Amino acid sequence: MEKTLGSTQKAYHWLYEWIKKYQIEVRRSDRIFYTLVHFFSILFFLLLCLLVWELYSLSRPAITEFGSQLFLSKDWNPIDDNYGVLAFIFGTFTSSLLALLIATPVSIGVALFLTEVASLRVKKLFSFLVEMLAAIPSVVYGLWGLLILAPFIRTHIQPFLQNIFGEEFFLFQGPPIGVGLFTASLIIAIMIIPTIASLCREIFETVPRLQKETALALGATRWESISLGVLRASVSGVFGAVILGLGRALGETMAVTMVIGNRNDIALSIFAPAQTMASVIANEYNEASGLHLSSLAFVGLALFLISFSMNAFARLIVYRYTLKFRAKV
Amino acid sequence: MTKNILERRPRSIDLRRKIFDRFMLGVLGFFAVCAITPLVLVVGFLLFKSVPFLTLDFFINTQAPLGEEGGGMFHSLLGTVQLLVIAILLGVPAGILVGLYLSEYPEGFWPKWVRFCADLMTSIPSIVIGIFVYGVLVITMGGFSLLSGGVALAIIMIPLVTRTTEEVLKLVPQHVREAGLALGISRWKVTVMLILWGSRKSVITGILLAVARVAGETAPLLFTAFNNNMVSMSLTQPVSSLPVQIYTYAITPYEEWQTQAWIGAFLLVALVFCINVAVRMSMRSRLVQT
Repeated sequence: MEKTLGSTQKAYHWLYEWIKKYQIEVRRSDRIFYTLVHFFSILFFLLLCLLVWELYSLSRPAITEFGSQLFLSKDWNPIDDNYGVLAFIFGTFTSSLLALLIATPVSIGVALFLTEVASLRVKKLFSFLVEMLAAIPSVVYGLWGLLILAPFIRTHIQPFLQNIFGEEFFLFQGPPIGVGLFTASLIIAIMIIPTIASLCREIFETVPRLQKETALALGATRWESISLGVLRASVSGVFGAVILGLGRALGETMAVTMVIGNRNDIALSIFAPAQTMASVIANEYNEASGLHLSSLAFVGLALFLISFSMNAFARLIVYRYTLKFRAKV
Repeated sequence: MTKNILERRPRSIDLRRKIFDRFMLGVLGFFAVCAITPLVLVVGFLLFKSVPFLTLDFFINTQAPLGEEGGGMFHSLLGTVQLLVIAILLGVPAGILVGLYLSEYPEGFWPKWVRFCADLMTSIPSIVIGIFVYGVLVITMGGFSLLSGGVALAIIMIPLVTRTTEEVLKLVPQHVREAGLALGISRWKVTVMLILWGSRKSVITGILLAVARVAGETAPLLFTAFNNNMVSMSLTQPVSSLPVQIYTYAITPYEEWQTQAWIGAFLLVALVFCINVAVRMSMRSRLVQT
C-alpha cells in the first residue's frame, strides 16, 4: 500500500536515502561519534586557515602602504613610519646558515657515533643526553648565552680572532660587545643539533645492513664501511634532516632575541649586532601600533610562510628518501 | 724462511688507511663530546648560579622592589600553573579527538591532509601563534589576559597531542578492534573504551611531553598574557609566567634580578627534566612488562 507523497516530502525522502547510502556508520551512536570526530578535524583545519587569514589581515595595511618596498628596503624607522624588512631577512638567513654550518657536521658525527661506533651503554647515555639538550627551553639558552657565552666571546674569542686576522678584517671587525650574529648562530646551532641528530639517527638506522657488510667484505676499514655503506646511501635523507634543522633554526625566537644585539641593520662582520625576523617581533611588538604593528605582523606572515615551506620541503625529501628502501613489487 | 701472512709486517698503504680510520672514528667521538658539552655547560652554570641562592622566599613572595630582600617568583609559578591548566583544558580534548579521527579513519584524502597540516603546525614558530591570538583575542578583549595566553599555548599543544595520540592508537593491533566489534560493542565504544582507555598510559605520556614543551614557551606569551607583577586570579587580566619573568629579569642589568632569573631557569629546567625522565621510566617499565 503506497502513500501518495507531495513533492517536498519526496525531496526529503530522496535526501534521506542519499545520506543513508553514503553514511559510514550504521548505529546512531556511531554516527554521532563519526560526526563529532570529523567536525573537530575540520575545525582543526579551519584553525590553520584562520591563522593565515588573521596574519594576512593584520599585515594588510603595511602591504597596501609599502608594496614591494617592504621586501627590498632595509630602512626600519618607527619615527618616520617607513618600514622595510631586508635587514631582518639578512639577519635570519645569515644566522641560520652559520648555525647550520656549525651544527651539521656535529649532528652527523653524533648520529654516526650513536648508530655505528658506540657500545650499548654509551649509546643509551649519549642519546639520553642529546634528548635532554632538546628539552631545555629556549629562554634558558638565551639566559645562558647572554650572561655566560656573550662575555666569553667578548673577552676571549673576538679579541683572539682580531689579533690573528687584523683589526680591520671585514669578517671580524667591530668593537667586542659579545652579543651579535656569531653568538646567536652558536646558540641556534646548539639548539638544532638534537633535531638534526635524531632524524639522522633514524635515517642511518634504516639503511640496510647489507651495504655496510658488503663494504666490510670487500676489505674496507670500519670508517670506510661507514662512509661508503651508510653515508653515501643516505645523502638525500641527511639533506632532508638538515633542511628540517634549518626550518627549526628560522623560527627560534627567545634565545636569539637575547643574544643578537637588536640592531636593525645589515653589517658584514659576524660579530656585529643584528636582528632576525623573530627577534624584531619579540622586541618591538608590545609597544607598536598602527603601521608599525602592521609591518611586524607582515614580518610574522613572512616568517610563517618561509618556515612552512621549509618544513614541507624537508618532509617531502625525507619521504622520498624512505621510498627508496621500500619493497619493490 | 718466508713468514706467513699473519707474521708479515703491514704494508704502508694499509697503515695509512688504518690511521685514517682511527682518526675518523676519533673525530666522530669528538663530535659527540662537542654536542654534549653545551648541555654540561648550561646545566653546570645553571646549578652554580642558582642553587647557592635558593631561599624559601623565592617560592612564597612575589616581586620585591629593587634593593629589598626577599623577592620571589611565586606569581610567576602560579601563573604558569594557571596557563597550563587552561591550555590542557582547551588543547587536550581537541587533540585527542583529532588523534582519534586520524587513527580510526586513516584512509582517504581528508585524513592525509589533516595529518600533513598537523605535522606542519608542530613546527610553526610559536611567536607567529602569538601574533594570531593577539589579532583574534587580545584586540577583541581590549587587553592582555590569561585566557588569550592559555589559548595560545593550547594551539601549540593541539598538533603535538594529535600526533602522539595517533601514533599510540595505531600501535594497538587491529584484532583488538575486531574482537570488540565481534562481541557486538558499538564502534565508538570500541574506540573510546577499549582502545583509548587501554592505551591511556601512553596517551598521558604524550600529553605530559606536550605540557613539558609548552611550559617553556615564552614567545607566544609575550603579547597575549604579557606580564604581571602580582598574583592574578582573573581570566581577563594579564598574568605572569615563569619563562616570561625569566626573560624580563635576564635583560635587566641588576644582579639580584639576574639571580632570580637563574633560579627561575633552574626550576623550569628541573620541571622539564623531571617530566622527561618520568616519561622515559614509564616507557621502560611497560617494555619490561610485555
